[in-house]
Amino acid sequence: MLRFVLRRSIMLVVTLFVASFAIYTAMYLAPGNPIAALTGGRTPTPQAIQVLEERYHLNDPFLLRYARWLGNALTGDLGVSIPLRSDVSTLIRQRIGTTVQLVAFASLIIVVVGIALGVLGGLRRGVVDNVVIVLSTLSAAVPSFVASIILLSVFAVNLGWFPVLGGGDGFLDQVRHLTLPAFALAFSSIALVARITRAAVRDEMGREHVQTAISRGIPYPLIIRRHVMRNAAIPITTIVGITVASLFAASAVVERAFTLNGIGAYLIQAALSKDIAVVQGISLVIVAVFVVVNAIVDFLYATLDPRVSLGASAS
Amino acid sequence: MSLVELPTATVASSRRLLAGRGLPFLRGTGVVGHVSAFVLFCALLVAVFGATIAPHDPDLTNLSFAFVGRFQNHYLGFDSQGRDLLSRLLAGARSAILGPLAVVLLSMLFGTALAIATAWKGGRFDTIVSAALDVLFAFPAIVLAIIASVVIEPGLKAASLALAIAYTPYIARVLRSAALRERSRDYIAALEVQGLRAWVICVRHLGRNMVPLIVAQGTILFGYAMVDLAAISFLGLGVQPPQADWGVMVSTGQSGVLQGYPMESLCAGLCIVVVVIAVNLLGERLSDRSNLVTR
Repeated sequence: MLRFVLRRSIMLVVTLFVASFAIYTAMYLAPGNPIAALTGGRTPTPQAIQVLEERYHLNDPFLLRYARWLGNALTGDLGVSIPLRSDVSTLIRQRIGTTVQLVAFASLIIVVVGIALGVLGGLRRGVVDNVVIVLSTLSAAVPSFVASIILLSVFAVNLGWFPVLGGGDGFLDQVRHLTLPAFALAFSSIALVARITRAAVRDEMGREHVQTAISRGIPYPLIIRRHVMRNAAIPITTIVGITVASLFAASAVVERAFTLNGIGAYLIQAALSKDIAVVQGISLVIVAVFVVVNAIVDFLYATLDPRVSLGASAS
Repeated sequence: MSLVELPTATVASSRRLLAGRGLPFLRGTGVVGHVSAFVLFCALLVAVFGATIAPHDPDLTNLSFAFVGRFQNHYLGFDSQGRDLLSRLLAGARSAILGPLAVVLLSMLFGTALAIATAWKGGRFDTIVSAALDVLFAFPAIVLAIIASVVIEPGLKAASLALAIAYTPYIARVLRSAALRERSRDYIAALEVQGLRAWVICVRHLGRNMVPLIVAQGTILFGYAMVDLAAISFLGLGVQPPQADWGVMVSTGQSGVLQGYPMESLCAGLCIVVVVIAVNLLGERLSDRSNLVTR
């Protein structure tokens, strides 16, 4: 187990390192002149250009600039947004709370609704199962931005149950403001989790040890809990983990649709206005979260299924 | 695994499935598969000819008709700029469907080539390529598309290229394991003994035997590509307004939604949902079928 964790951690660090290099290089190659952005179109004097070049280290060799950026990033300093003249880290810190709340809320919905639907469909063949299949086929095909529009139109504009836009103050108000966005974000992922859960439950129900337990007359709820769900938990954990990891990037779409002030919407805004430092910073954060959550899923997977880590140490 | 080792029930059901009636390339996908394929065929027709069969000019604005509902031969009414909605939906099909098609073709090309090459060569080449693909896994498709929009320029081309690259590791991983399974078969060894060149075996025999799986994976990928590409256009980083496109229309119609005129967004959204449902259902059936064929 320890060797598996160690190996996976090394892989994680290497991936992050290469990804950060790729992000920095791509942004370095982006068209646009930082001096022009700094001076806002006016023609600066040669002295002014020199001062700016020195302050922002514009003339240093590429690798040195990358090394400095990465070193600062590790200490939590992601550079300065040139158009806004303010710290990228501060800009991200002000907004990441909204995104985390949204992703957490959506994850909760995905886990509760997705697993419930999947278990229902897996255990009750016939009408219930068919309803689950039709529902999940439908919801899998509704992208988050279409779901946003439908929810906005029905529950915010026509029925007026929820606020149309914005984040809200105080816990209850925030929950109210985030309810529609969270459902929009969760919508298509619910189908994915439900489908995997259903297949996993069905697989386990057909196993010999479960059939034996049934024929020995062990109470049904106990069989489901101890034999079916324990084993079905392995694929379910994996799919939930992968889904939650991808929500951080996907939330950009929903934040934009509901004009929430999160890092996703800010990333889009920065990309549209070519704010290089912010795009670099937020991309790095999103990629880091994605990679770390995926690694955690792998660790969980190894804990739930001892064969994984055993296989890893044997090879 | 050869057919002989399968439990008899599976063999019987797979025989029945494969012997079922239907179009040659859809055999074994059932009624659902055929209906989905028909919907997709219609969508493809609209994508190619939509702009020509549109009853009105999709870009002609007339602000006095803004948000007017069904009127004479304007069957779906008008959008916020007073443009004919039906014509815009028909014209918008082109980028909404042909864009994802390009993405799928590109990433299937990259993915298949990498999968067969790594499975065939193995060794250090396999290790290095697999490691590179693992790093690419770290980038969610949307993030890669956003970066591409800054580095290249916002537009359909940059977004499609970014998505094609983002999907390649997924395709390569699935196809690599299939290629490995295929490579260990006896007929490949027999061909090698006969002295056939490696690329001939890879393309003519190994590659051809993977076609059902490649088609199934490509169909499933189309659904993802369509949703992601439309999302990027919705964000303003893909197809640029005023060009008609389903993703763009969901976004431009949002101002109408807030004012109580959701037609534009809902119609464009519905078009996307219908095509994605058809693709998902067909992809599922094709993938079930390819599992039966390759085993």
